Amino acid sequence: MMESLEPLLAEHPFLKGLDPRYTQIITGCASNVRFDTGQIIFREGEEANQFYIIRQGKVALQIYTPGRGSIIIDTLTEGEVLGWSWLIPPYQWRFDAVASELTRAIALDGKCLRNKCEADHDLGYELLKRFSSIVDQRLESTRIRLLNIYDSNP
Amino acid sequence: MKTKEHLPTPTVTIERKNLDILFSSLINNGYNVIGPTVREGAIVYDSITASNNLPVGFTQEQDAGKYKLVKRGDQALFGFNSAPQSWKKFLHPPTLEICHSHRNRNGLTITTPKAESQKHAFVGVRSCDLAAISVLDKVFISSPYTDGGYQARRSDVFIVIVNCGQAGGTCFCTSMQTGPDATKGFDIALTEIIEKDRHYFVAEPGTEQGETILKSVPHKEANIYELKAAESLLENTAEQMGRKVDTTNIAELLNNNSDHVRWQEVAKRCLTCGNCTMVCPTCFCSTIEDVTDLSGDNASRIRKWDSCFTLGFSYIHGGSIRPSVMSRYRQWLTHKFASWHHQFGTSGCVGCGRCITWCPVAIDVTEELNVIRSNEQTNPSTKSTKEKQ
Amino acid sequence: MIAILEQKKNITVASADMKPVLFRISRVQKDTHDTFTLDLEPPKGGFYFEPGQFNMLYIHGVGEVPISICGDPLVHDKLIHTIRAVGTVTKAMQKLKKGDLLGVRGPFGTHWPAEESVGSDIVIIAGGIGLPPLRPSIYHILANRGKYGKVVLLYGTRTPKDILYRKELEQWRARFDMEVHVTVDRAAGDWHGDVGVVTTLIPRSHFDPSSTVAMLVGPEVMMRFTVLELQKRGIELDNIYVSMERNMKCGTGFCGHCQYGPTFICKDGPVYPYTAIKDIFVKREI
Repeated sequence: MMESLEPLLAEHPFLKGLDPRYTQIITGCASNVRFDTGQIIFREGEEANQFYIIRQGKVALQIYTPGRGSIIIDTLTEGEVLGWSWLIPPYQWRFDAVASELTRAIALDGKCLRNKCEADHDLGYELLKRFSSIVDQRLESTRIRLLNIYDSNP
Repeated sequence: MKTKEHLPTPTVTIERKNLDILFSSLINNGYNVIGPTVREGAIVYDSITASNNLPVGFTQEQDAGKYKLVKRGDQALFGFNSAPQSWKKFLHPPTLEICHSHRNRNGLTITTPKAESQKHAFVGVRSCDLAAISVLDKVFISSPYTDGGYQARRSDVFIVIVNCGQAGGTCFCTSMQTGPDATKGFDIALTEIIEKDRHYFVAEPGTEQGETILKSVPHKEANIYELKAAESLLENTAEQMGRKVDTTNIAELLNNNSDHVRWQEVAKRCLTCGNCTMVCPTCFCSTIEDVTDLSGDNASRIRKWDSCFTLGFSYIHGGSIRPSVMSRYRQWLTHKFASWHHQFGTSGCVGCGRCITWCPVAIDVTEELNVIRSNEQTNPSTKSTKEKQ
Repeated sequence: MIAILEQKKNITVASADMKPVLFRISRVQKDTHDTFTLDLEPPKGGFYFEPGQFNMLYIHGVGEVPISICGDPLVHDKLIHTIRAVGTVTKAMQKLKKGDLLGVRGPFGTHWPAEESVGSDIVIIAGGIGLPPLRPSIYHILANRGKYGKVVLLYGTRTPKDILYRKELEQWRARFDMEVHVTVDRAAGDWHGDVGVVTTLIPRSHFDPSSTVAMLVGPEVMMRFTVLELQKRGIELDNIYVSMERNMKCGTGFCGHCQYGPTFICKDGPVYPYTAIKDIFVKREI
């Protein structure tokens, strides 16, 4: 099971260029998962112990507001990485993630990786570099959306 | 009201032929007598004046989502159980003008309508419904506010309960500890006994007023056989109860299982029609409607029964807090069996079974509760499915 | 649960005969494009309330809504309400003029923990229309300034045009014994204040978490994230108070609309110690 995941992970843009030693470690914490349409992947407030690399499908990030229901604030698709709360204390999800269509992903054991990063700071640095770049992209996109550029009367 | 322990008057028997004197005695004392009567294929509670207005020889066949009025083989006056409506409509009217605002050149004047002064006698109250009245007392005559209108209507009511001679098809009063026999809260308690050649009532006074009225009806002190007959009738009724609910720590059970998958399942059936809240003898929620005349000078505020099943019930700026059917069903059941304890110190359910009978899709609260209890799920399942390689 | 305060010499009706008492509007002020403030004159006898409480306001022929009282609790000859026009009734109220009559029932509900927080630092966090219900508490604390430690006010709203009580905010900010931070979600280029969500103001505020009482009002999402930030900063959950809101028809616990879990917001709230509701606060559709 794990053998077939290693080449997949090594090729993925997120892990490209990583020392094969580290790719192996990460593969050791990986498994294939599937979410059916509408299935809740994680909920706000739950312990964040995993992150996901989406292989196929679409995930909606939502915030629940009483009165307006759940509002989708972002969607992620094939190739994108879901979740970094496993890296940052208190390791708790701040939003909900729901599969908006049938989604296949690679789940990575964040708890396990956290410990490995503490033991090997070089691995930690490599992962944090990659996550910083993702967070930066998402923040830029969020800031532009704040502008309400499509409003006739902002 | 004094409880029966303080009264020296013994239990008596009244023959069937003298029951009308009970009615006339109440009417002569200024009471409007309200009791069960047959109308349009059902038993309703309305003003009656004599025993032949009662559903003589009728009973009700009830099951989840089913109701039918059928003839019995005898001439029993009270051979059925609680009727589709409850006594709450007389104590907590379905519509009531609560104030009136009049506008003229000088400004506004707000007035409250005068309360009605007619006192009522409820004849034919069942033990579960008596418990329901007591539940409503705690809601409306409570702390820190009291509903003055409810209190006024309630203080004048004379209650004649009738002990059930059989269990209804959807009853579960034994589980809710509200019956089949009532021990206090009534003015007179009647048990109807039909023997081969005798039709009589065992009658027990519960208050001084009850005593006074009973004394005006021809009676004899009840002997040991008659008392035993009444007792074994009630034992029989208790044994016939077809539904049971375990209410041990039920508040905790429901609060801990707010994400149980059963809520989603019952939501697939529930139409949020609100029938259950309308027939329930303890549901008390209301809304206020503002009505004006064409000139706009006269505005009334009308209080109306409302149901937590409506989408608008929980609406605040822009949306409902409980938009899903699941959340509204959960709200009703949790309020009835759990929150009520916290709010008023009793259960909100008296086991009358009306909600089960009148649900168009036959949802049975006892079944829902039993399923949740037998399969507790305190954590939602959000785990992914691992795929085989 | 906080006990209900006894009514002090009030002429308004807090019983269940549901009859409003008429107050005359002595002043109407437009605050923002959708928010306005009404000053009301009580009939003889004055109006008494505790910070955090609300009234049911009735407009002839249209309806009645719950609105927080936002004036000074020490001033009894004036009743002040800041109202946002969002529905039929509040939009009708927006058209009222000086001299018009409004029906008032109240005051109802629980109040901010003025007594319990004596000796503590105070952090008041308001989001949007959440500032009016907190203003009476601010007045009370400033009138008894010596009894409290540090006092911090954090206020966040959508844009600079939506800022309420601007003059008063500037006055409070100018005091040497109060810390005030205001932020908006976004602003035009001529704004020189902060932009960012209100929780970002918490790390830069000065208070001793081990001895701080926090009072929060705002949209539930905002309160949810704010509680997390306050916890991160080290404030105990039982020192956090929130004000909740639900649909209300009577204000006296009989209509059933304002039920929030097993509590009635009109009698057991609107002000709650967070620990009293922490289990239902995170539940959805409750």
